[in-house]
Amino acid sequence: MADTAKPKGGGTARSTGGRRRSRKDAAPSIADEQPKTLLEYYRQMLLIRRFEERTAQAYTQARIGGYCHLNLGEEATIVGLMTALQERDYLFTNYREHGYAIGKGIHPRRVMAELYGRSTGVSKGWGGSMHMFDTETRMLGGYGIVGGQLPLATGAALAVSYRGGDEVVMCQMGDGTTNIGAWHESLNIASLWNLPVVFVVINNYTGMGTTVEKSSAEPELYKRGSAFRIEGVRVDGQDVLAVRDAATDLVERARSEQRPFLLEAMSHRMKGHSVVDPAKYRTPEQVEEAKANDPVASFESQLLEAGVLTEELKQEIADSVRDEVTDAADFAENSPHPDVATLFDYTYATPVANESRRMPADPVFAD
Amino acid sequence: MTTSAPAARGERDGRADGAAPARPAVLTMQQAINRALAEALAEDPRTLVFGEDVGRLGGVFRVTDGLQRRFGEDRVFDTPLAESGIVGLAVGLAMNGWRPVPELQFDGFAYPAVDQIVNQVARMHYRTRGAAPMPVTLRVPSFGGIRAPEHHGESLEALFAHVPGLKVCAPSSPAEAHQLLLQSVRADDPVVYLEPKARYWERGPVPDDGPAPPVGTSRVVRPGRHATLVAWGAMVHRCLQVARLAAEDGVELEVVDLRWLKPIDADGLAASVARTRRAVVVHEAPLTAGLGAEVAALVQERAFRSLAAPVQRVTGFDVPYPAGPLEPKYLPTVDRVLLAVQRVLEF
Repeated sequence: MADTAKPKGGGTARSTGGRRRSRKDAAPSIADEQPKTLLEYYRQMLLIRRFEERTAQAYTQARIGGYCHLNLGEEATIVGLMTALQERDYLFTNYREHGYAIGKGIHPRRVMAELYGRSTGVSKGWGGSMHMFDTETRMLGGYGIVGGQLPLATGAALAVSYRGGDEVVMCQMGDGTTNIGAWHESLNIASLWNLPVVFVVINNYTGMGTTVEKSSAEPELYKRGSAFRIEGVRVDGQDVLAVRDAATDLVERARSEQRPFLLEAMSHRMKGHSVVDPAKYRTPEQVEEAKANDPVASFESQLLEAGVLTEELKQEIADSVRDEVTDAADFAENSPHPDVATLFDYTYATPVANESRRMPADPVFAD
Repeated sequence: MTTSAPAARGERDGRADGAAPARPAVLTMQQAINRALAEALAEDPRTLVFGEDVGRLGGVFRVTDGLQRRFGEDRVFDTPLAESGIVGLAVGLAMNGWRPVPELQFDGFAYPAVDQIVNQVARMHYRTRGAAPMPVTLRVPSFGGIRAPEHHGESLEALFAHVPGLKVCAPSSPAEAHQLLLQSVRADDPVVYLEPKARYWERGPVPDDGPAPPVGTSRVVRPGRHATLVAWGAMVHRCLQVARLAAEDGVELEVVDLRWLKPIDADGLAASVARTRRAVVVHEAPLTAGLGAEVAALVQERAFRSLAAPVQRVTGFDVPYPAGPLEPKYLPTVDRVLLAVQRVLEF
């Protein structure tokens, strides 16, 4: 008997799923890509950009409550990562998740409605910005607690492994998460039991207001996988093609080799940690740097330069994206809030005897 | 869920032999829990048992002894020392169609997992409006009375009972342990199952698996008419001791085993107090904001006019769990319970 129980899958042959290229080559070039593909990436990136701008606007108009963390600056990373996933693959994210939800295939209407807290939202208005959950697209949740999603993603990968399934779990997190206990516990288990999960660290240089250098003893975060014998890769998160290729490689290797991988995407957060954070801890130079590294603007000028994008086409895409975002916001605005009568629903899956369901003015004394 | 879970639970009520029920087996509580786990593993291929040293070693208290040999390393397995990871694994498995029964080795070791228990286990079903099933049974060897140091003798029931979305139970006998565990594992809700370590070696009859009283019901373990003693886990036996002593003086105490600490059987409590007009609640946990406060509140809400005296609480003290030699002074003693009984009778 082995010292450690190692749950294994059924041992069936697994297909490698999507495309598999050699990534040993030089950085991917737009010259090697189909214009249609490039334009689709551009459109998705622009959609996330405009969606998040609209989200910020709705927040300041008090249409959206609570806290709200935007993906502004993360568009290339998101589109690259989501392109690398197959439909059947699972996704766990942290609380900065709106773009991921859209990228995983959830309709922007449902995402915006969730932000507005409406019953037509992804989680019927009960999850909000941080807790979107959709079994259909296999988005198994955004999570509001830093590191909360890591053991869950590991458990989901264990579930896949048990079944002998060929799905991969992607678990996204921020740079600060690599300092929390769940990181250590999860990467250790994932590697020990050879689970098909790709941990993706979005390194935007700051955990809220504290820099990576001031919080991580090993600030090159992709190297932190070595403690668990997990291969780590760092990629320029501003480059959608580089992210796509690096992520596809790791996702497909996780699928075929049945083991975890670590991807670190270097990304710039263009605004504060959340909508209410003015980010005063940033120097003007840092703000300029983030602006200069705007992934949407830079991809756009690359496409224009290459002749893939014309001014006319650019306007067409801009109009269509604007309409889509406006439609999402209108849909959210015109959707109902959850009925207060559903407040007690789903606390438990089964009926609960003696359950306290007291609302204001309900009788308390039942003697 | 979107994934194809393994085959659904097998027939569990069919008795293949059709023979008349034999005399119930006499087992220790630890053996009774082991039997319940084995039955749960046998009846449903989705059931998984895991935790620190539960596999090869069979658990610190041998509760999982032999299960790995019988059901294989895929279904009964050891994990690293990572409580938050263990519970988080259970969440990820549960939302993908499995029915995990993780163990946290000792009560105090549950604290590192409280994040996952409170923030994820208890809320996933609610937050996702039922999209994420969460049939997790979290076994925690709990409570004191074995002269163990802090972290190894603590009572966490009030902490967990306070969390909406969790159910909490604590057995007092081998039969209850067997029945409550099967009921917990079969429930579609997360249940924190607190095992009274001090009673692991108590022997008692364990009837075969059969219909169980609903979740959230208490049990009168000794009827009486002068006052009600409410307890759970090992304190049920302390109360039975007290009741036997009181009976020598002609005082008939009713002992109610609460069994379910969330949801609490408010109706059962009210019915008992309606008979006895007096109540004393006994628990090992410290006094302040302990579950006794909830019991007292429920009794006065539900049975105010029946009460002839204020509800008394006999509990551990408001100090961190003391070192082994002081434990007998810390836990509610027969004398302290008798004193409280006297107080409610003489009020």
